[in-house]
Amino acid sequence: MITPSAYAWTEEETLGQHLISRGVSRRDFMKFCGEMAVVLGVSGATAPRIAKALETVKRPSVIWLQLQECTGCVESVLRTANPTIGDLVLDVVSLDYQHTLMAAAGTAAEKAKQSAMAANKGSYILVVTGSIPTKEGGIYTVIGGRTAQDLIKEAADGCAAILAVGACAHFGSVQSARPNPTGAVGVRDIIKNKPIVNIAGCPPIGDVVTATVVHYLTFGRLPAVDGEGRPLFAYGKRIHDQCTRRAHFDAGQFVESFDDDSARKGYCLYSVGCKGPETFSPCPIFQWNTRTSWPIGAGHPCIGCTEPHFWDTMTPFYGRLPNVGGFAVEQRADTIGAALAIGAVAGIATHAAATVFTQIRRRKATQQVPESATETENPNG
Amino acid sequence: MAKTRVVVDPITRIEGHLRIEAQSENGKISKAWASSTQFRGIETILTGRDPRDAWAFTQRICGVCTVVHAIASCRAVEDALDIKIPANANTIRNLVHGMQFIQDHVIHFYHLHALDWVDVVSALSADPAAAAKIGQSISPWPNNGESELRAVQTRLKKFVGGGQLGIFTNGYWGHPAYKLPPEVNLLAVSHYLEALDWQRDVIRLHTVFGGKNPHPNFLVGGMASAINIDSTATINAERIADLMGMVTRARAFVEQVYWPDLVAIAGFYKEWGAIGGGVPNFLACGEFPEGDVRDLDTLYFPRGIILDKDLTKVHEYDPMKVREFIHSSWYEYGKGDSVGLHPYEGETTPKYTGPKPPWTYLQDETKYTWMKAPRYEGRAMQVGPLSRMLVGYASGHKDIKELVGEALGKLQVGPEVLFSTLGRTAARGIETVLLARKMEQWLGELNGRIKNGDVATFTKAKWEPSSWPAKAEGYGYLDAPRGALGHWVQIENGKIARYQCVVPSTWNCSPRDAEGQPGPYEASLEDNHPLVDPERPIEILRTIHSYDPCMACGVHVLDAEGREVVEVKVQ
Repeated sequence: MITPSAYAWTEEETLGQHLISRGVSRRDFMKFCGEMAVVLGVSGATAPRIAKALETVKRPSVIWLQLQECTGCVESVLRTANPTIGDLVLDVVSLDYQHTLMAAAGTAAEKAKQSAMAANKGSYILVVTGSIPTKEGGIYTVIGGRTAQDLIKEAADGCAAILAVGACAHFGSVQSARPNPTGAVGVRDIIKNKPIVNIAGCPPIGDVVTATVVHYLTFGRLPAVDGEGRPLFAYGKRIHDQCTRRAHFDAGQFVESFDDDSARKGYCLYSVGCKGPETFSPCPIFQWNTRTSWPIGAGHPCIGCTEPHFWDTMTPFYGRLPNVGGFAVEQRADTIGAALAIGAVAGIATHAAATVFTQIRRRKATQQVPESATETENPNG
Repeated sequence: MAKTRVVVDPITRIEGHLRIEAQSENGKISKAWASSTQFRGIETILTGRDPRDAWAFTQRICGVCTVVHAIASCRAVEDALDIKIPANANTIRNLVHGMQFIQDHVIHFYHLHALDWVDVVSALSADPAAAAKIGQSISPWPNNGESELRAVQTRLKKFVGGGQLGIFTNGYWGHPAYKLPPEVNLLAVSHYLEALDWQRDVIRLHTVFGGKNPHPNFLVGGMASAINIDSTATINAERIADLMGMVTRARAFVEQVYWPDLVAIAGFYKEWGAIGGGVPNFLACGEFPEGDVRDLDTLYFPRGIILDKDLTKVHEYDPMKVREFIHSSWYEYGKGDSVGLHPYEGETTPKYTGPKPPWTYLQDETKYTWMKAPRYEGRAMQVGPLSRMLVGYASGHKDIKELVGEALGKLQVGPEVLFSTLGRTAARGIETVLLARKMEQWLGELNGRIKNGDVATFTKAKWEPSSWPAKAEGYGYLDAPRGALGHWVQIENGKIARYQCVVPSTWNCSPRDAEGQPGPYEASLEDNHPLVDPERPIEILRTIHSYDPCMACGVHVLDAEGREVVEVKVQ
C-alpha cells in the first residue's frame, strides 16, 4: 500500500531520487543533513549516515490528532527553520490526517484517517497535540461525535510510536492548571503500552519535532529521553547553563527592573523571575523562528514552559527563584530535580519524580522507579 | 423532496473543534446548527493568581491568533491599575498585532480557505504560459512567470500522478461549485506554496520583540524588549534593519499576491455576494490605538455598530447592553433558561444534557453546544473583518472607504454584496492591505522616537503589588483578526479575584437564543444557501470558513464545583 503524501513520492523512488526529481541538489541535501546532525547533537561525521538513512527509508505514515488544545503547536511546526527541506521531511512522513491543513472535512476526513490507519497498521507514527479531558465521561472534547479519549485510544492502538507534541500532550498544560476544571491529562496518562516521546514546550520549537522524526528514520529508534520522556538531544541541558546572558549571572550583573540600565545592557534576568536555572530546553541553542531570537534574548525571563506543570510550579512568573547557583553544568533534570522546586503549589510532582533517564524503549522500566521527593517545601513559604 | 440530514464534523481548516449540522431540501439548506464541542475553563484557573501572569494564561486560549488574548489581558490589568504604557510599547504592540493580522489573514486565505474555491486538480490542465499572462496582468509579482508556474505544475503533476494526495486526500475536487479556469487554479496553487515560506519569514517580527512565535512574550506595563541601538543584546540597528525587511516583504506579498488573487478569484464567484449574508448586525470594538489605549479617537479601525445593514448610521457600542443566553447551550441559570444575563451578573454552570458519546446527531436536542449566545439589545451580531470594514465605511474612514470602493469598482458590484460570504472574505483582504501599509508608518514612528532619544518600553511605577490599591478592576478591549474581544479583570489584594473573556467566536458561533434567533454561522447557512451534494458539502465550508472560526476561544468559566465564579463589571 502506498502511503499518501502531499508531494508525489512514488513507492519506486528512494528519498534520494525523489529529492533530485524535486530539484533539491545533493549539496543542499547534505547541508540539511549536517544541520540536522547539529540539531540532534551528534557528530558532524554522522551527516552521511543521516543522508543514507533518509535516502533509503520508506515513508512512515503520520496520523496527527488535535485534541484539547489551542493549535499553537501546529503553528510552531509550520515555522520549521529549514523551510524547503523541512517541509519535505514533514512531507516525507506522509501527513495523512491533520485537521488544520487537510482539504477534506467531516466524513471524508474521517475516511482518510481510517484508511491510513488500516493501511499502515503497526507502523504509523501518531502525533498528538492537546490534552485529554477525563471528567464527565470526556464530554469536554468531542470530535465527530467521539470523545478525545476514545479517539486517542483507537489511534494509539495501531501506531508504532507516539510523539506527544507540546505541553498539553505532555502533561495537560494550561487547562490542567489548578483546579483543572475538565480533568485534562497528557498522553502518557491514557496510553500505557506504546513508546511516547514528549516534545515539551508551550509550544515546542518546531525544529525539535522535525529532528525527532529524522532521528527515528535515521537510527531506527526514538531518541534517548530523560525521565520526562523528553529527547536528550534537545532537553538535555538547563537553559541557565547555555544562556547567552550567563556571564552576567556569574559576574553578578542583574536586571532589577524591566527597561532599567541593566536591561538595556542585556544583563541577567534572574532577579525579574527567570526560570532558566531550572528549565531544560533547547531555546538558547536552537533558538526560535529561523534562529531569530529566543525569549531571554528578547529581554523576557524564561517561564519554564518545557517543565511539567509549569503553570503551577513556575508561577508567579516574575517571582525570583530561590537558591540558584549551587549546581554544576553537568547536572541534568533527573539529578537536580525538586531541589529547585518553587511556587505555592503542594503536591505537584517536579521532574524529580523520575530519576533515571533512559531510552524510550526502556520507558516501562523507568515508570517502575518509585517516585520520591515529589513534594518539596516551598522555600518562599 | 425529503429533508436530508447533513453532518460536517470535524470542520477542518479552522482552529479547534466545530460541528455543523444542517437539513437540506432541493439543493438548499433549510436549517443549520453550529456546535462547539470543546471546553477548557481557563478563566477559572486564573482566580487567585498574580495579575501580571494573566497574559500568559489567556494567551494559551489560542495559538493561531497568538497575541490577541495576551495584549487584551495586559490592557485589562493596566486599566485596572491605571498604568499608562510608554509610546514605544504601544507602537511595538501595534506592530506585533498588525503582523498577526497580516500573517493570520494570509494563512487563512491560502491554507484554510482557498481550497474551498481553488480546485488543485484542475491546475494540472492549465497552460502555464496563459497562467503567467494572467498573473502578470494582475500583478508585478516576479514569481508569476511561465517558468515558475510550469515548475509548480510539473511538481503537481507528479504528485497527482502518483495517486498520493496526503492532506489533499478526499478533497471535493471536480465539484461543480468550482468555477476557476485551470490557469487561475495554477496561480493560486503556486501562491499557496509561496505563502507557506512567506509566513515563516514575516512572523519573525514577533520573535524580535517577544522572543518566539507562537506565543511571544508580553509584559504588563509595556514590553520586555529593551531598546539600545549600541548593544548586541537588545533592539538595535541590526534588529531594526531586519524588521524593516520583514515589513517590506509583508507589504509586497499582500499587495502583489494576496490582494490581486483575492480580487481575481472573487470575480469568478460573484454569486457568493448574494449568499450567506445571515445576521444583518455588525459590531466592532475598534483597534490599533495610535495614542493612549483609552482614547478611542486614536483608534485606526473605529468602534461602532451597524444595525439591519443600514450603512447610513453608525451606532455607539455600549458594552452594558450585552446579554448572554443559554437556551441552546449546555449550561443552566438560576433564573431559568429563558433569561439573558449581562456578563456582570453572568453564571456559567455547565449542565451537559447532550447524548452520551459517541453520538450521531445533535439537531434533535434543544441544547447542542458549549457556546453561549451573546446578544446586543437582543440582537445577534457578527464580529470580525466585515464588521470593522462596514463600521469604517459607514463612518467615512478615508483609507477604508477608498479601498472598499476600489474593490467594489473592480468587481463592478455595489456595497450590498458586502453582506455575504464573499463580503466577509473580501473584507479580510481589505483590512490586510490597509495594515500592511500601516506597518511601515508605525515602524517609522518607533525609529523616529529612538532617534530622538526616547527608548522607554516599560512603565515601572505600578509594577510592585505594594503600589496597587486593595481592590481594582479593569477592561481590556481588542479587535482581533476574528473580531471584537474583551477581557475583564478584578484584582483584590494583589491577586486576581475575577476574570472573564468575551471572545469573537462566541458572537459568531452562538447558537439559538430563547427567541429562536440563530447565531451568525447558523443564520448565514440558512440565508439563500446552496448545498448541491450533501455528501460533498463544499458550500458549507465556504461560508463557515468565511468567518475564520477560532473555536478554542469559546471557553467559559467553571470553578472546581462547576459553579460560576466570575462577575464582570463592564465600564
